[in-house]
Parts: sequence; structure tokens; C-alpha cells
Amino acid sequence: MANKMTTDKFLSVENVGMEFDTKRGRFEALRNIDLTVDRGEFISLIGHSGCGKSTLLNMVAGLLYPTIGAIICDKREIKGAGPDRGVVFQNHSLLPWLTCFDNVYLAVERVFGATETKAQLKARVTKVLELVGLTAAAYKHPDEISGGMKQRVGIARALSMEPKVLLMDEPFGALDALTRARLQDELMVIVKATGSTVLMVTHDVDEAVLLSDRIVMMTNGPSATIGQIVTVDLERPRDRLKLVANPKYIDCRRQVLEFLYQKQLRAAA
Amino acid sequence: MSPVINTLVAAGAPGDSPSTGDTAMVSDGSAQNASKLTLVKPQRTRMSKTLLRAIELALPPLLGMLLLIGVWAILAETSGNRLPGPFKTWLSAVDLFSKPFYRNGPNDQGIGWNILASLQRVGIGFGLAAAIGIPAGFLIGRVAFLNAMFSPIISLLRPVSPLAWLPIGLLVFKAANPAAIWVIFISAIWPMIINTAVGVSRVPQDYMNVAKVLNLSEWKIMTKILLPATLPYILTGIRLSIGVAWLVIVAAEMLTGGVGIGFWVWDEWNNLNVEHIIIAIFVVGIVGLLLEQMLILIAKRFSHEYKA
Repeated sequence: MANKMTTDKFLSVENVGMEFDTKRGRFEALRNIDLTVDRGEFISLIGHSGCGKSTLLNMVAGLLYPTIGAIICDKREIKGAGPDRGVVFQNHSLLPWLTCFDNVYLAVERVFGATETKAQLKARVTKVLELVGLTAAAYKHPDEISGGMKQRVGIARALSMEPKVLLMDEPFGALDALTRARLQDELMVIVKATGSTVLMVTHDVDEAVLLSDRIVMMTNGPSATIGQIVTVDLERPRDRLKLVANPKYIDCRRQVLEFLYQKQLRAAA
Repeated sequence: MSPVINTLVAAGAPGDSPSTGDTAMVSDGSAQNASKLTLVKPQRTRMSKTLLRAIELALPPLLGMLLLIGVWAILAETSGNRLPGPFKTWLSAVDLFSKPFYRNGPNDQGIGWNILASLQRVGIGFGLAAAIGIPAGFLIGRVAFLNAMFSPIISLLRPVSPLAWLPIGLLVFKAANPAAIWVIFISAIWPMIINTAVGVSRVPQDYMNVAKVLNLSEWKIMTKILLPATLPYILTGIRLSIGVAWLVIVAAEMLTGGVGIGFWVWDEWNNLNVEHIIIAIFVVGIVGLLLEQMLILIAKRFSHEYKA
């Protein structure tokens, strides 16, 4: 395993396996997953559809429980979902009956409601909406704003809880290429400002290379596991235009593409 | 999810509204002709267009009503005056509604009083059913154990004809009025329990994941997620319930007597006043229609906010 030596072990996935009970018996989705993530590191999970990368993310989120093994976050085993791990869902999952402000407020209130005044809570919401550039749309309902804006509210909601880890399940997958590029740039700025530790599931090779410190590549399911890890040794801040000609960038991209389209080709089912 | 609960929603998924869009295009041909003739005055073209559309919208229902009245008149004619015709009934109705709120003792009161008495019973029975049925539906939809526990009871009791409950009511309450309310209650409660439970169990998993990730309290889950997400289902349940309640009240009052539209029908039958019976049928129909329309309006008002 190409796992690099880490000193921090902020988030550690230890020998995790996941089996589902289906009508045709037990189905082993994941096995022998070992991964350690440093504080402040940006990790991408990439692989073909059905390789269990979302399953792994959901286990870290605490929405699913591993059949064997354990996941440890900041020295504590993950035993359920909690606001210390902010999740950005693929389909944004905003509550349509609440305004953007109230969607974020719901999260803020839960985490800081016991210790802070209402004014402080509202200030937090205002601040995080400003961070994602949504101040103007704060009092709109989700069905009144664009897909990219909804995804930003989702990111704002996750960030507002000041999570130890930010978990993103194909956060930009449903967006058009231009919006996606803009949000990727914004995400890099936000992650730099907040120093967040990020675990992101993606299908997009360029996105993975642009954003990540390491790219974790998964083999095809069933019984998927980590096939290879690429370390993206590019200095930040990264500029997508300058990177296009950067040999390191090209090399990382080539490694990921080779893994996906040569070593794991049999996927396309 | 139990099979009992699943079968029931088909009756009225939230958001079914009559579509008016399809009639809008029909007028095109004639409107084009109209615009050729009056090219100089576009204002009038638009006016005649809306007029045409109004006529097209109103024509089919008007024809339907005319057909009903026509068939009725023919039937009345051929029955040899045993069944009163539309005109005779109309005169009788005008007379009846000219003094709707008179009182000559307990068994002879104006039609207005009778309608109000029935509406009151329906209101109380239905209100109690809502007060118990909606929270019960929430619990059953939220807690799998309760769902498994109550599903057999619901499937056993739901198909029972409402009037079969009347003797139990008479026995327990020893009076006609509470017994009638009891019958309304027991027949109106099922659609609300079942629709609410289905609504709760169909709240998208995405929203429940949000609740889990935010670690929301059960109270917050209830008020911020379950209630708003389930509201369209609850409103459907209410609509079905009030329909059932209004159906049942006529039959229940025929048996219990007193004041009320059902009793009134029976009383007029005993008086052999057939015009009044026909009027009562129309009254029951119109009041039922109004109740339904009122609830559709409320449902629209509440569900327009989240088309997602």
C-alpha cells in the first residue's frame, strides 16, 4: 500500500469492511480499507460507479456502520452521525420549506445554541453565507435559486458547524462545467481560510487533481478496496490555468487516468 | 412499511389539482379569424379571446347540468307525477329557502338549522378525529414497532361500515347526538391516521440524513422536517376524512333523529314531501362540494411553498 507515513492520524479508517444483506445473500461492498488523514489535508476518493466510495464517505459521516473495523476521528471512534463531521450532500438536501438562512441556522442553532445568544447565532449564519457569496440570496427559498447556489448553501451549512472534517459526496457533480470550476476555486479559498480537513468523493479526475493533497483510488466492487494513492505535490494556491502545463499536474492526472482506464477498466457495466 | 398503509394513498396523492391548461389552446382557430377581421383594434381581439375562453370553460359543465335536469324532467314526466319535476322542486326550494331559520318545536325547524346541526356534528366528530388521528399517524409512521403493532388493528377496523358503530355509540353514550358524533369520529379517523403515517414514512431519506448529520433533537425533527414534509399528505387525509364524514352524517342522522339534514330527509319521507327530499340531495351535494373546495384551497395555500 502506498500509504505515506503520517504523524497526525487525525482521521483514521482501520481495516474497515462493509457488507450489505441483499435478497441474493450477503454482498461485500468494501473490504480492508485502511486510510489515515492528517489534520487540514484534502483527500479525494475516486473510482468507477459502484465502487463503494460513497459508502465509505457515509461510514465516516456515521450514516452507515462498518461491518468490521473501526473509524476513528480525533481519537474517538465514530459511532453515529454528528455535527463534528459536516456533510455536503450530492443533491444539496436543503429543506425546501426553509429559507437559505434558516437552513443554515438550523445547523448553527444545534451546534452553538446552548452556548451563544440568538444574535451571535445569526451573526454566524450571516458570516458563513458571506463566505460562500450568498448574502443576497439569504432569504430566498431553495427553489428560487440556481443549482450552484443551492450547493453553496449546502457547503455553508456544513461549514457553519465548524466541523472537524468536511465530507463532500460529489458536491459539484450535478453542476455545469463553468459553475463547477467557479465553485472549485471558491472551495479552495474557503478550505484555506478555515483550514478544514476534507474528504471528497468525485468522478472528475481534473477536480481530484486540482483540489486534493492525496487522491485515493478505489478498485471496482464488489469487495472494493483502495487500489492506489497518488500524492499531489503541487504548491498552493493552485491556478487551474497555470496547472494545465505543469509537469507534476500532468503526471498526477496521467496516474489517475491510467488507474481508472487501464487497471480498472472492466467496470463499465 | 406495512401493506395496509401502502394501499391507501392511491386515493389521493398530494398535489392533484384539476388542470385547466388543456382548454386554453382550443380557441386558436377562431381567434385567428377574429384578429383578421379586427386588425385595427387589438384591444377588442383580446377581449373577445378571453370571452371565448370563458365560454369554452363554462360550456361543458353547463351542458352537463342541462342534461341532468333534462333526464330528471323526463323521468318525472313518465313517472306520472310521483317524482316531482325540476320546476316544481325549484318553486318548493324557493319557498323553503325564503325562511331557512324558523323554529316550530324540535321536529319542525328551518333547513338552515338542519344544515348547521349536521355541520356541527361533523365538525366535532371530525375535529376529534383529527386531534387524535394526526398525532397517532405521526407515531405510527415514525416508530416501526408501533406501525407493526397497530397495522392489524387498523386493517381490521377500517373496512367496517361506519353505521355498524352506531349501536356501540348509543350503548356507551346513552344519547343520540354523541352517538352520531362518535360515528363521524370513527369513520373519519382512518384516512387521517393512514395518510399521516404514509407521509411520515415517505419523508425523503435525504432529509432524514440531514437530521442525523445535524444531530437534531426529536422535537426539531418533528417541527422542522417531518411536519412540513408530511403536510401535503396530512391535508389529503383531512380531505378524504371530511368527505367520508359528510357522507356518513346523513345516514347516521336518519337513524338517530333530532335536528340535522339526514333526519330532515327522513322526516320529509314520512311526510311524503318528495320535493324536499330532492332538495336535500342537492343541499348535501353542494355542502359536500363546498367543504371539499375549501380544503383544496387550504391545501394549495400550504403546499405552494415547496414544489422543490
